Amino acid sequence: MSDIPLRDVRLETDPHVGFETSYLGEGFSLWSWLTTTDHKRIAILYLISTTIFFFLGGAAAVLIRLELFTPQGDLLTAEAYNRTFTLHGVIMVWFFLVPVIPTVLGNFLLPLMIGAKDVAFPRLNLFSWYLNIIGGGLAVAAMLAGGVDTGWTFYTPYSTIYSNGHVSLTAIGVFVAGFSTIATGINMIVTVHTLRTNGMRWFRLPLFVWAIYATSLIMLLSTPVLAMVLVLIIAERLFGLGVFNPDLGGDPILFQHLFWFYSHPAVYIMILPGMGVVTEVITCFARRRVFGYQFMVYALLGIAVIGFFVWGHHMFTSGQSMYASLAFSMLSFLVAVPSAIKVFNWTATLYRGQITWEASMIYALGFVGLFTMGGLTGLFLASVPVDIHVHDTYFVVAHFHYIMVGGMVSAFFAGLHFWWPKITGRLYPEFVAQIAAGMMFAGFNLTFFPQFILGNLGMPRRYYAYPPEFQVWHVLSSAGAVILAFAYLLPMAYLLWSLIWGKRAGDNPWDASGLEWQTRSPPPKHNFVEAPFVSEDVYDYHPENAPRGSGADDRRYDDRDIAGEKADAAESGRRHRAAETPPATAQARRASKTREPSDGEGR
Amino acid sequence: MSSTVAGHFHDHRQQSRANTLGLWIFLATEVLFFGALFAAYLIYRVLYPQAFETAARETEIAIGTLNTALLLTSSASVAMAVKTARLGQRRATMVLLGVTLALGLGFLAAKGFEYHSDLTKHLWPGSADFPLDPPQTRIFWALYWIMTGIHAVHVTAGLGLWAVILTMIARRSFPLESSDKVEIAGLYWHLVDLVWIFLWPILYLVGRS
Repeated sequence: MSDIPLRDVRLETDPHVGFETSYLGEGFSLWSWLTTTDHKRIAILYLISTTIFFFLGGAAAVLIRLELFTPQGDLLTAEAYNRTFTLHGVIMVWFFLVPVIPTVLGNFLLPLMIGAKDVAFPRLNLFSWYLNIIGGGLAVAAMLAGGVDTGWTFYTPYSTIYSNGHVSLTAIGVFVAGFSTIATGINMIVTVHTLRTNGMRWFRLPLFVWAIYATSLIMLLSTPVLAMVLVLIIAERLFGLGVFNPDLGGDPILFQHLFWFYSHPAVYIMILPGMGVVTEVITCFARRRVFGYQFMVYALLGIAVIGFFVWGHHMFTSGQSMYASLAFSMLSFLVAVPSAIKVFNWTATLYRGQITWEASMIYALGFVGLFTMGGLTGLFLASVPVDIHVHDTYFVVAHFHYIMVGGMVSAFFAGLHFWWPKITGRLYPEFVAQIAAGMMFAGFNLTFFPQFILGNLGMPRRYYAYPPEFQVWHVLSSAGAVILAFAYLLPMAYLLWSLIWGKRAGDNPWDASGLEWQTRSPPPKHNFVEAPFVSEDVYDYHPENAPRGSGADDRRYDDRDIAGEKADAAESGRRHRAAETPPATAQARRASKTREPSDGEGR
Repeated sequence: MSSTVAGHFHDHRQQSRANTLGLWIFLATEVLFFGALFAAYLIYRVLYPQAFETAARETEIAIGTLNTALLLTSSASVAMAVKTARLGQRRATMVLLGVTLALGLGFLAAKGFEYHSDLTKHLWPGSADFPLDPPQTRIFWALYWIMTGIHAVHVTAGLGLWAVILTMIARRSFPLESSDKVEIAGLYWHLVDLVWIFLWPILYLVGRS
């Protein structure tokens, strides 16, 4: 552990800057929220709706873990269990994981980060939220009406001739939500292309923007295929147009090909934005420029492109040709290369950084660890012989939960904590948040690590009852789920608390670089009072030519050195800074940084 | 909205660039949307060539070809309307868009007539008295209904768009020269046309050589 104390945050001292002049003060009626075209308010709408979906899907997960606590089926019947895990999958994938970071954090931050006043198509942005709500409403209605038992993958012929659930209604819901995703993708790409402020060159874009850009590319090129495959299922169910019907010579494997052509890239829709968030957080709390910025960009784009050519690794045992399996296996290994570049670069960014342990940093470091675990087990699954051994077992379940929950949800919480002061203008209680972050990491591992073992022992997924020798692992997993559930509820509680009782955050409480921190917290309606101009490289935490290990890594410690103070006096440091006006612009800060290069170690 | 630049854009040029780029990206998603269908068609065509040729001989080639001509002509009039709109020739633009609307409606009418004739021949793959053999012919006909149906939905949406734009031009609610509305709707219309250019050979010409 570093001996550097947590950076104490800059507090707002100017009373007239705040709520009333911000985007939050633009209108208080429900109507003003439901008709807003402000990207920041739409982000808040999305935050509320995705949170509701998250807890809905989470409730289903609780039922699943309760059922699996004992080997017998004592809470749910086999039928009800199928419907429960389908509800969990459908809600979590399409109404939480896919939209959550692009539409909440992406919507809020992308225009701020590139210095724009809004996204390119504000009304389309609002429309996408309504589509998402309509789609979610239809899917939830189908679940309430009796549910679907196909799993979130809707494999034919389960979902067509043999289905006894409300597949059509659910598919229509997902279809509608798909267009919401497409609308968001179009908006993000056009915004990045056309609305960058002066001086914001492509290679000055923050990596979060690059991540959203890469995600949007995948959304645009894969979601239409999902839409069409759902149309084909609906046509088969409602009108008897059986394209996949084996009685007519139709091929259910074709469904799997088309489905995974969307759904494997969708895995990257669900992880790339998380990578973007984590990059921003790590670079800020390590006070280092991201190691290998350009490689990070190319890695994001590389993942986006290669991700389109690996879908066949979901079908090693479905009867596709052996040669296809080998080709898909090799391509799946290739996708690990850019992913590994990212992990190495995060690690290298930490090297000799001045690391502090704010809650978002704990979440972000948790992401790196859990994503690495999930990624490496993905390599097991990408190799054909191992996959045949663990296919459709809990090993697979554990693998993708490490990526989706361990990775994406951790990243979302990291981003939510990191930008919470910017979004709301309030600080959350740091210590409780650190506990919640630690708890999420511990609870997550306790929930899902036993599932790797279960899978290797041969426990198949999607069964509501199991032989008693598996019980110990299931009990461990269910126990972990309790911790995990608490770790999700806790942030909800204190974040809501902070809305009213939280300390007012300054414009830049973490002393982070990036345009979003140069405007007020919460930002005014049009984001910036005057259009910002970018003259520096991104992540200017540590000047290129500064000596290694120099105290110039950190502006704060500069300030302290100038005042002749030592870093160990955290309390006096805070008083010192409260007395001083925060530097208004990046230039001013840079000036203060170069004013006096400090002599030795900043710690 | 009107010709005025929306608040979050610097100037007209930036807004126009954003609109055009947005539409091109939307067209890319449309290509993939139809692409899934074309992929399915291709695979089954390779697997069951005889059945597909048998099935394709039952489509109404006369109406299909007439529709191709109608849609291509409407695309030509749109291309001219884009040009006249840029030059600010209001009356010419209105006439050309009127021609487009008429041709598009003609397309839909012919399509409806064709659907009626298909149904009287029981060529609905879900029906019990489907006349063709082997069973794979039903896959062709399922694809026929889905492909032409989704295409017809796109034509209808495009006609609605043209009707709105034509009304707006008639009411002079935006200045013609500086607006990119006609051009952007035109891009969409050309894609609808382009999709049909692929549908025509694979649904009507197959098996008739």
